[in-house]
Amino acid sequence: MKRTTLFCAGISLALVLNGLTVFAADDNDMIRVNEDICVSADYDWTRFQGHGVSLNVYNWGEYISNGSDDSVDVISAFEELTGISVNYTTFDSNETMYAKIKSGAADYDVIVPSDYMVAKMINEEMLLPINHDNVPNMARMDDQYMNQDFDPGNKYSVPYMICTTGIIYNTSMVSTAPTSWADLWNSEYAGNILMFNNSRDAYAIAAFKLGFSINPDSVDEVSIVIEELKAQKPLVQAYVMDEIFDKIEGGEAAVGVYYSGDAITMIDDNPDLAWVFPEEGSVLSIDNMCIPTACRNQEAAEMFINYMCEIDVGVANCEYIGYTTPSTEIWECLDDEMKYNEIAYPSEEELAKTQVFTNLSNEVNDELDTKWSEMKSYNEGGNAYTMLFLLMAGVTLACFNIWRKIRKKMRSTYQ
Amino acid sequence: MKTRHLRILQRTYVILFFGFMYLPIAYMMIFSFNESKGYALFTGVTLKWYKSLFSNSSILSALVLSLELALISAIIATVLGTSAAIGINSMKTKPRLLITNITYIPVVNPEIITGISLMLMFVAYQTIAVKVDFLPNTIMGFPTLLIAHIAFNVPYVIFNVLPKLRQMDIRLYEAALDLGCNPHQAFFKVVLPEIMPAVLSSFLICLTYSIDDFMISYFNCGTLETLPLQIYSMTRRKVSPEIYALSTIMFIVILSIIMISNSLESRNYKKNQTKN
Repeated sequence: MKRTTLFCAGISLALVLNGLTVFAADDNDMIRVNEDICVSADYDWTRFQGHGVSLNVYNWGEYISNGSDDSVDVISAFEELTGISVNYTTFDSNETMYAKIKSGAADYDVIVPSDYMVAKMINEEMLLPINHDNVPNMARMDDQYMNQDFDPGNKYSVPYMICTTGIIYNTSMVSTAPTSWADLWNSEYAGNILMFNNSRDAYAIAAFKLGFSINPDSVDEVSIVIEELKAQKPLVQAYVMDEIFDKIEGGEAAVGVYYSGDAITMIDDNPDLAWVFPEEGSVLSIDNMCIPTACRNQEAAEMFINYMCEIDVGVANCEYIGYTTPSTEIWECLDDEMKYNEIAYPSEEELAKTQVFTNLSNEVNDELDTKWSEMKSYNEGGNAYTMLFLLMAGVTLACFNIWRKIRKKMRSTYQ
Repeated sequence: MKTRHLRILQRTYVILFFGFMYLPIAYMMIFSFNESKGYALFTGVTLKWYKSLFSNSSILSALVLSLELALISAIIATVLGTSAAIGINSMKTKPRLLITNITYIPVVNPEIITGISLMLMFVAYQTIAVKVDFLPNTIMGFPTLLIAHIAFNVPYVIFNVLPKLRQMDIRLYEAALDLGCNPHQAFFKVVLPEIMPAVLSSFLICLTYSIDDFMISYFNCGTLETLPLQIYSMTRRKVSPEIYALSTIMFIVILSIIMISNSLESRNYKKNQTKN
């Protein structure tokens, strides 16, 4: 047996040297792509080989293992395996991605929207139903992350990564550790709190505190919850997104709220930091792979999605991103440090307290947007005047300069 | 006594000014050697981000796209803009004023409006092209990026070259014709060398604007990704230190080009001075 493998390896080496790529079959029906990645052999990975197929993939920034910092380059392994070339580009928010697809200015084949955005895109008929036969690896995903309200039966989406929101705080800067969302209203932390600069996530925090649903049904509900955020505002140092990394790591703020996967990165950089899964529960966000209607080759897109659910690929991604995998099979292959990380993998009982975002009705959504920007601009009237003053000063300076130049010119003409 | 005070004031002003401009860059350069991923804590010196930058295919391909785009669009925009400037220069006063004012509009227009309107035009083109056989259906991508970049670069070229043309003595051109050049030769032998500094500087301006541009590329890039777009999309998670490494390299390359060209220039200047 061993000999044959050796023989095979020899042949494949020779073929590789001849410029052909052949993948040696591993013991348990696996195809080895490179030293880090094996994929299951009972899937026809090579059917697009030599057809010049390309895929446009649109994912979150820094949300895949991309070969930097000694990680595995999963995209180039996919290209090597299937002969499909991947044009991989990135976005910074669901809304950016939505706007781009909606404008019709880009033809993407695979996109990675979050839960509520999946629902919105399904409603607006922007996604194609996925042929489950072409994505057998979907069976690897845990039931608890499948069949969610935003896409019953996972007709349009396959979960990619999940995370929860929670509180991250600097143990050396607070005397009593926060334990719940309600603690973010505690005046002890005044001026030291960082909140989400993102209406849905910030809303969810106040909703949890008040015991409301994170997906409001009515406009009145929105007003009550936003009032709560308004009450918190004097205590908040800033509303931030990625700036939180530096503010929290550098000790500029003591308490912040962010996503679990990113909290792991922060704690790696600064061991004084700690994570709290709030008592009231938390938001479970699920980022999903979907196929937009503009897709040019659905089967190839499904192949890509299937590949992303392969165990080795999932492991590489988890290790690089630090987010949580929705698959127990992938989880089992992680190294122990990641596997038993309570931040990435909260207990059953904590998970039971999570809620998932769904799409809001237009009316409620608009109300949330207006109330949110109202809340944020509240009390900031002074700033507008400062800006006006600065603008005036600038204009005066420019006028003065022009006047000086004209005077100079006049003088020189008389001389 | 008074002059000394003044000098101290001057010095602090200069130091403040340059500190304001260059401290952030220096900070970023220092942190490109940082062991950990953050820029809040400096944990140790390493070159790993430089090493991993050269194995990060997505950053490198974005960089290559940005450079290609900048180079091609700058060349085309310079040629177009220079010829437009020559045309505008020989117009009568009224149409010239009209045309220069029209050219000003894209410069003063907020970039976001230019970007969106270009995108709308390209999308409209696509809906028409689907119905017409001989037109290519999908142009979103490099073609649209190129058109967009040329479009916002041309006015800068015109406004750089026009003053130089007006400075030039028109009699030089006439003399060349008198001495037996045809208009074609007169242009290449007399006019072009005269306006060359302006053409070159506008080429460089186009290059930098094009590499820099975020807003207009954002709307017109199709499924491509230029370097600024990629850096922006990293901001939800974290801007990778590889970007600091890349920026450091770019900064040093540009700085050394400027230094070398300045030193060459000053040497030439000195030579000319001694000759005279």
